[in-house]
Amino acid sequence: MSETLILSKRWGKPDSASLASYRADGGYGALDKAMGADPAAIVDEVKKSNLRGRGGAGFATGLKWTFLPKDVRPRYLTVNADESEPGTFKDRYIIEHDPHMLIEGIALTCYALDIHLAYVYIRGEFAKQARILEQAIQEARDAGILGPRLLGKKDFPLDIHVHRGAGAYICGEESALLESLEGKKGYPRLKPPFPAVVGLWGKPTIINNVETIANVPWIVANGGAAFAALGVGKSGGTRLFGVSGHVNRPGVYEKPVHYNLKKLIMEDAGGIVGGRKLKAVIPGGSSAPVLAAHEIDISLEFDAVKAAGSMSGSGGVIVFDESVCLVRALARIAKFYAEESCGQCTPCREGTSWMEGILEKIEHGHATAADVEKLEQVAGNIAGNTICALGDAAAMPVQSFLKKFKPEFLRHVEAHRCPMGESGWGLDQSSRDALVGAVRY
Amino acid sequence: MTNPASVGAVEELPREKVEHFDRELAGILNRYPPDRKAAAMIPALRLGQEIFGYLSPAVQRLAAERLGTSPARAEEVATFYVMFHTEPPARHVVEVCTNVSCCLTGGERIFEHLKKKLELANGQSTRDGRITLREVECLGSCGTAPAMLVDEEMHERLTIQKVDQIVGGLK
Repeated sequence: MSETLILSKRWGKPDSASLASYRADGGYGALDKAMGADPAAIVDEVKKSNLRGRGGAGFATGLKWTFLPKDVRPRYLTVNADESEPGTFKDRYIIEHDPHMLIEGIALTCYALDIHLAYVYIRGEFAKQARILEQAIQEARDAGILGPRLLGKKDFPLDIHVHRGAGAYICGEESALLESLEGKKGYPRLKPPFPAVVGLWGKPTIINNVETIANVPWIVANGGAAFAALGVGKSGGTRLFGVSGHVNRPGVYEKPVHYNLKKLIMEDAGGIVGGRKLKAVIPGGSSAPVLAAHEIDISLEFDAVKAAGSMSGSGGVIVFDESVCLVRALARIAKFYAEESCGQCTPCREGTSWMEGILEKIEHGHATAADVEKLEQVAGNIAGNTICALGDAAAMPVQSFLKKFKPEFLRHVEAHRCPMGESGWGLDQSSRDALVGAVRY
Repeated sequence: MTNPASVGAVEELPREKVEHFDRELAGILNRYPPDRKAAAMIPALRLGQEIFGYLSPAVQRLAAERLGTSPARAEEVATFYVMFHTEPPARHVVEVCTNVSCCLTGGERIFEHLKKKLELANGQSTRDGRITLREVECLGSCGTAPAMLVDEEMHERLTIQKVDQIVGGLK
């Protein structure tokens, strides 16, 4: 399997975030190439590339771009850097190590779609990353790459601004992100209309994840077909997989989209800490249905993970060894969704807190078998009944943990306590090295 | 009994701080189309929090006035996002992630240790006004867990010793 690195190849290089370093490695070459081409050709290459959204939904990027109504101006691009799904930690490294790759991706996307104003919506907690990105944007302005003339060569005004959030997971949902960017609380909008038609300030708006946009320069430089060839079927390219939890070498690994999950955990991430046994894996951020240890010999490609009953989502792989109490883990996941529900829809607002309460009760040995059934019912009544996907995201872990590990829930009920005792989170792992890509730093 | 009409009046805010706010806000407004000033609500409130210490009703009203929108809009935003403080926090805000990946590597133990050490429950501040302690959701540091934020600075790969050193250094 080829080891082509697109996104992380410059990570760990000294001064990799600077314009000089990016240019020395051929940066902005793709934009230069595009200046001599028809903007529509960029859209065609992205379509050919089989690039699918890296934020979690896996929607075909080129197809999304074609949803813009032809005659409505202005249009906007909003880059989603709200990275808040538990287990997901990749976009921050693109921004920290290679912000100009993202800026070039934004410039190419805007040129392709006739967009003159782009916003990067970055989560408020990423103060350092926001500073790095703002500095890089300023460097690009000072060098004449951005401004009235794109790359100083074409009359194509373009500006990019960083908009920092202020702590709300829901603002990673595209329509809540737009509300937030308009200066409101992050309440998701009813869809349709989709943002590509009615988006920021009511205008057509393309919203793409950081990693999605960061792939565009490579696609333009090397052609969509070359990107597609790195992947499989309808999924092209490589992906940044973040591995965390009970592995020896947690970190971000760039691999082909269809890389094997077991290999990623057992070989790349160095296997399970202390040689203990694997118990469960969440393959795509905290909302992805859990997989049991015997189910992980699968391709990570979107459709393959879906066929295995989960989702590849944001590429955040969370690994649980045998020492973890999965009820405790699920109770914590449920707490997250209860905390982060925006409160707009009743099933989600009430249901997420209800599930958290039942799970706490089970974990502490105060529940009955009827409570376990009730938990299943509540989850079933949230899923599919809310304006945005947060409701589904909260229900899916609950439904999947119950499906795969129900005996563990019932043991809590029968024993009137957590069978794992105080060490429900497993043993601490404070001595491991963290790897990002293959760079230790 | 205060007169409700005067609660949160912009006139009560120190003039030099308001001038500082206005100077900084002008730069922020350049990022948004001139007819879309309200979009600057989050950055304006963040600025208000930096300059005035927290988002009192008067600071919320100031942001709303300057952006040509209603105080209700400012309050809605100030109370929706967890990074905004509508009550004065301590000099330092320590926020420990206790989400899954951090707990798998000791995050919960670190949070419990800090609660005991500082004699605080979640969200409380030390009596000397030095530290506000909060439990927070995933900080996007799962591969370098456990993690915590101290005044917007991220600290990763934490151990109890490391945490003691960082928190001990806060004056």
